[in-house]
Amino acid sequence: MSTANFTNPVVRWIDHRLPIFSFLHHEAHEYPTPKNLSYWWNFGSLAGIMLVIMLVTGITLAMHYTPHVDYAFASVERIMRDVNSGWLIRYIHMNGASFFFIAVYIHMFRGLYYGSYKAPRELLWMLGVVIMLLMMATAFMGYVLPWGQMSFWGATVITNLFSAIPLVGEHVVTWLWGGFSVDNPTLNRFFALHYLLPFVIFAVVVLHIVALHRFGSNNPLGIDVKGPQDTIPFHPYYTVKDAFGLFVFLIPFAFFIFFAPNFLGHPDNYIPANPLVTPAHIVPEWYFLPFYAILRAVPDKLFGVLAMFGAIAVLFILPWLDRSPVRSGSFRPVFKIFFWLLFVDCIALTWLGGKPAEGWYVTASRIATVYYFFYFLVALPLLSIFETPKPLPKSISESVLGGSGGPAAAPAAAKEKA
Amino acid sequence: MRMKSLIAATVAFAALAMNGPAAHAAGDAIHLEKQDWSFSGLFGTFDRAAAQRGLQVYREVCATCHSLDYIAFRNLADLGYSEAEVKAIAAEYEVVDGPNDEGEMFTRPGTPSDRFVAPFANDNAARAGNGGALPPDLSLIVEARAGFEDYIYGLLTGYGEAPEGVNVSEGMSYNKAFPGFQIAMGQPLYEDGVTYADGTKASVEQMAKDVTTFLTWASEPNLEERKRTGVAVILFLIVASGLFYASKRKIWANVH
Repeated sequence: MSTANFTNPVVRWIDHRLPIFSFLHHEAHEYPTPKNLSYWWNFGSLAGIMLVIMLVTGITLAMHYTPHVDYAFASVERIMRDVNSGWLIRYIHMNGASFFFIAVYIHMFRGLYYGSYKAPRELLWMLGVVIMLLMMATAFMGYVLPWGQMSFWGATVITNLFSAIPLVGEHVVTWLWGGFSVDNPTLNRFFALHYLLPFVIFAVVVLHIVALHRFGSNNPLGIDVKGPQDTIPFHPYYTVKDAFGLFVFLIPFAFFIFFAPNFLGHPDNYIPANPLVTPAHIVPEWYFLPFYAILRAVPDKLFGVLAMFGAIAVLFILPWLDRSPVRSGSFRPVFKIFFWLLFVDCIALTWLGGKPAEGWYVTASRIATVYYFFYFLVALPLLSIFETPKPLPKSISESVLGGSGGPAAAPAAAKEKA
Repeated sequence: MRMKSLIAATVAFAALAMNGPAAHAAGDAIHLEKQDWSFSGLFGTFDRAAAQRGLQVYREVCATCHSLDYIAFRNLADLGYSEAEVKAIAAEYEVVDGPNDEGEMFTRPGTPSDRFVAPFANDNAARAGNGGALPPDLSLIVEARAGFEDYIYGLLTGYGEAPEGVNVSEGMSYNKAFPGFQIAMGQPLYEDGVTYADGTKASVEQMAKDVTTFLTWASEPNLEERKRTGVAVILFLIVASGLFYASKRKIWANVH
């Protein structure tokens, strides 16, 4: 490990007393990173940048927004019409939520395929799941703030889920609402929490990065870094690669902001909230649809809620469900099939969540829900025992060089136990 | 299930309040014909002449029942009206202001900073004047309806005789674009219902198109700026992506 050699005397003076520059140099510059990361590894930093975009636009919006049932809707319209570039800031924030989830979902599927949740990165993965949960809570409460019809009825439906809790359910719901229906106290606390939680997310992201830097990134081969020949410094290699990825990602993001800003929203949310008129269909935002489909697939309210939370809870114990010593799906022929089925399954759940709960949609939702849990609770544990993985390459550098003479003959299981 | 019954009650109440049509199901197929709009597409702009005619239709027809709460007279400058014209339009309205030094409310002619004056004092007055139905505010009507501008156009041109077997309740009209096909609003547009200053023939389709253009502007007055900015931003992002890609290739050239 080289110590940074700063030439600027002011930097040296500060760094001697507060080693912030050494820290940055160590963690963001020379930080050794596997040389074989694919573009699927761009989505972590992309998610981080989306968080910053959401914080900056969100704080700006909060300066113009009024959290009161009588003024919230009008204050959003004031932002759209009279605040300088208000429409732009709000459209970035609205669509930014969707693109934040897109980045995070791709990031998670990458982790699922390449086994990034396996030892020694279990806590890294679990912190990621915590971030996702916090994001969901934040996004849900943010959607309530414009106080349109979907805001109000979405809030009513989702908070009512807690009434499924035996004995205390009704009390919990009253406590969440701050009254006997979704009303001004609800809007006020949702605004307070919507402002608070992103900073909690930020703190967990810091922990996520600390845990990441303990062992460094996983990689497409899923094998451990064997030495300096397998790594390159983070800067400039991955800074430039992440920057390129960022600008490519911003193109579809900008397309939605400028040419289809309300496509991912719902027209009903441009109707002011009215407790006396229920919309024909109450649909959550698209990023909640898979979980909404699971909720509705179960005929019993309590068990539906449990299944919905279970769909996330199962991710927490994932590192102990998949015991296969091989991380990367590339070397697991049978796992691969189940993984891609899970991917299709999640797309199907998203689609089904947006359909009315009737007819064959319900049956399809049930099949898709069963497969979701089957993958984690049955397929992964069994594959860990019965699957024969393909042989793993000896090292990253050998594989990157195009490695002569074929991969290592040693059985994968014996090699790869961190 | 206290909440379930509460929701059921509100649905029932809403259905009553809206004289029936709230119970519309999504299953009823409504076909909205896509119109050719000046403001659609990547480079769309509002047809100023159409929007100005649309303002006339709003003022002479829609404004009898529908408010336009979020639009100020000064916003009309966007549609190509001069400052003097905006002042003149505003001055045609009586605006309630006050209280004055004596504590009295008073009326005065409108100024550009005032908003359009609503036809009814409050929702109850609006319902009372419309057989129990509430005419919605039109400031956001295009964004607040599935189908957007094509829906508004389809609705305004969708009146007609109810087909065989479709029952239309007392006081309701048949409309092929309205979810549930029964609407409390009577047919608003008739041939030559307005006399356009620019001599355009005021057919029902023409008026519907003009007022929809005006209402789309009202829903999203920043549409033109948004699209213009978007083209520049996306061009910039494409160029920047290319530059970063070239840098990436160069920096990574020596990695093996």
